[in-house]
Amino acid sequence: MIKIRDTFEMDTKEMRAVYGEALGEAADKNEKVVVISCDLCGSMGLRGFAKEHAAQSINIGIQEANACSMAGGMSAAGMVPFFNTFSVFATRRAYDQIFMSCAYPKLNVKIVGGDAGVTATSNGGTHMPFEDIGIMRVMPNVTIFEPSDAVMLRDLLNQMAETYGVQYIRFSRKNTLKIYEEGSTFEIGKGVIVREGKDATIITCGILVAEALKAADALAAEGIEARVFDMFTIKPIDRDLIMDSIAKTGAIVTAENHQIIGGLASAVSEVIAEEGIGVPMEKIGVQGIFGEVGDQDYLLDRFHLSAPYIADAVKRAVSKKK
Amino acid sequence: MDFEKLKRFSADIRIWTIRTIAEAGFGHIGGSASIADVLAVLYGGMMNIDPSDPNKEDRDWFVLSKGHCAPALYAALALKGYFPMEWLKTLNKGGTSLPSHADKLRVPGVDMSTGSLGQGISAAVGIALANRMQGRDSWTYCIVGDGECNEGQVWEACEAAAHLNLDHFILFLDWNKKQLDGKLEAICNPGDFVEKFSAFGLDTEVVVGYDVKSIWEAIECAKNKPGKPHCIILDTVKGIGVNFAEEEEFNHYMTFDVAKGEESIAEIERRLAAGTYPGGDL
Repeated sequence: MIKIRDTFEMDTKEMRAVYGEALGEAADKNEKVVVISCDLCGSMGLRGFAKEHAAQSINIGIQEANACSMAGGMSAAGMVPFFNTFSVFATRRAYDQIFMSCAYPKLNVKIVGGDAGVTATSNGGTHMPFEDIGIMRVMPNVTIFEPSDAVMLRDLLNQMAETYGVQYIRFSRKNTLKIYEEGSTFEIGKGVIVREGKDATIITCGILVAEALKAADALAAEGIEARVFDMFTIKPIDRDLIMDSIAKTGAIVTAENHQIIGGLASAVSEVIAEEGIGVPMEKIGVQGIFGEVGDQDYLLDRFHLSAPYIADAVKRAVSKKK
Repeated sequence: MDFEKLKRFSADIRIWTIRTIAEAGFGHIGGSASIADVLAVLYGGMMNIDPSDPNKEDRDWFVLSKGHCAPALYAALALKGYFPMEWLKTLNKGGTSLPSHADKLRVPGVDMSTGSLGQGISAAVGIALANRMQGRDSWTYCIVGDGECNEGQVWEACEAAAHLNLDHFILFLDWNKKQLDGKLEAICNPGDFVEKFSAFGLDTEVVVGYDVKSIWEAIECAKNKPGKPHCIILDTVKGIGVNFAEEEEFNHYMTFDVAKGEESIAEIERRLAAGTYPGGDL
C-alpha cells in the first residue's frame, strides 16, 4: 500500500534517526542482522542502535576495505551484514571489496551510504558522491535504491534485511520533505507516480522528488501538467513505468542528485534507446564537475538541481514535442 | 597423527597440482607448491570437514587469500573427494568449474572466492566473527602470501582480528620470500614479519613451512592459547618440491607441458624414497 501525502512538509525527524530505528526493527526481527560501522556511528545515527543492539553492532574503525570484505565473510557464514558509512567511502573507497568479497560470490551484503550527493553539504567535494550510482550500476548482482523520504527509508531497510543479495542504498542523513503517509510499503523495482500529469514526466529519486513536486506546482500555474515519477529503485529500473510515462506524456525529464553520466539519466536513456523510440528528453543532474561546500539549498542551485531548473527543463522538453 | 601419511598427502597435492597446471599449460606453480604442506595438514586431518557435506554447519573454514594458488587447493579438495579428479584436467578451460582463482560458487569445498589480494584475510576474519556470534566452535584458517602483505588491507584485517579477540582464527603466512617480480626485499621490503604480526596483536610463531609435523604441532599449540588470533609463519621456499620451479628465478607463473610435469613428479617420488622430500638438496 502506498499513500501519498496531500501536503508536503519537512519531517521533524532526521533520516539517520529513522535509519537507526529501522535497523533496530530489522535486528529485532532477525538475529542474523549485524551492522558494521567504520567510526561513523554518531554521524550515521547509530549510537542508540549500538547501545541497544550491542551484540549485533560491530564498530571496526576507519578501515572500509577490511569492513566490507569482513561483511562478505560474515554473509558467507550466515549473517546478514549491513556495511555502513558515508556513500563516498561505502562505494568509491570499497569498490573492489564490494566486487570481490560481496557481489562476485553472490553474497548477502547490504551497502549503506549516508550523505547522498549535495546532502554532504559542509563536508564538501571530497565527501560529495556524484558518481556512486554510476559505479555501482555497472556491477552485476547489485540492486540500487535511493529513497525519497523517511517512510520509504524505513520500509526499504526492512525489506533489504529480508531480501537476499547485494543492495546499495544512498540517502540524506538529514531532515527531508515528507512525501508518503506513515505505513506506506513499496515494491522493489516498481516506481511510484507521486503526481499525475499529461504534458511531461519528471523521473527522479531521493531528495529531488520534493524539488520535482515543487517544480510541478510552479508549472501547473503556467498550465503545464507534469507527472512526477519516484524511481527509488535505480537498478533494476522500472522499464514498464518509463514506457507508460512516455505513452501518456510524450516528454521525459530526469532529475538526479548525481552526475548525469552513469546514473538515472543514463538508465532511463538506455531504456528509451533499446525500445527504439524517439522522445524529447532533458537531464537535470551534475554536469561533469566535482562537489563543493555550501548548505543544501545553495548546492541545489549551484548544481542546477533545484525546482526552477527542473521546471525550465520540463518546458524545454515540452517545447520539443511534435 | 601419522605424519608419514600426511607427507604422502602433501606429495599427492604437489603431484596433482603439477598435473592440473601442466594440462592447462601454464599457471601459478611457485606459490602453489609452497602451500602444499600446510594444505596437507589442514585437509589431511586437522580440519573438521566432511567432503560429502561441504557446507555442514559446524565445520572448520578455510580461505585461500592468495587466491591465485587455487590449483593446490583444488588438488587437495579433489583428493579428499569434494569433486571428481577429472575436473582437475579442466583448469582454466572455457566452461570449467575450476577457474584460476578460488571460486566458492563453482567449486565444492571452497569457502570464499578470492583473487584480488588482501581481501581473503578480511573475509576470513568476518567468517571467524560470524561463527563466534552464532555460537559455533569452528576454527577459521587462512593463508596469505608474503607478497600479498604489500596490501594495506592485510594489516587492517590483523588489527581487527586482534581487537575482536578472534582466538579461533589461525592465519598462515606463506613466507616463500618471493613475489611475482622477484625477492620481497627488492620489491618493497616488508621487514620483520614476526615483529609486524606480533605488533598487530597476533600470537605469532615461525615454523619450517614444508614440514607437516612442525605445522601440525604449531596449530595444536595455537589452539591451546586462548584470547588472541594466531599467525603461523611458514618459513619455506617458492616452488619447493617441484624441481624445475625450484631452479627458476621467476617461478611465480610458469609455462610447462605434461612431459616436464611428469619428470618433476618422478623427482618427487625419488626424493620421497631417498628421504629428501620435499626440498631435495635445498
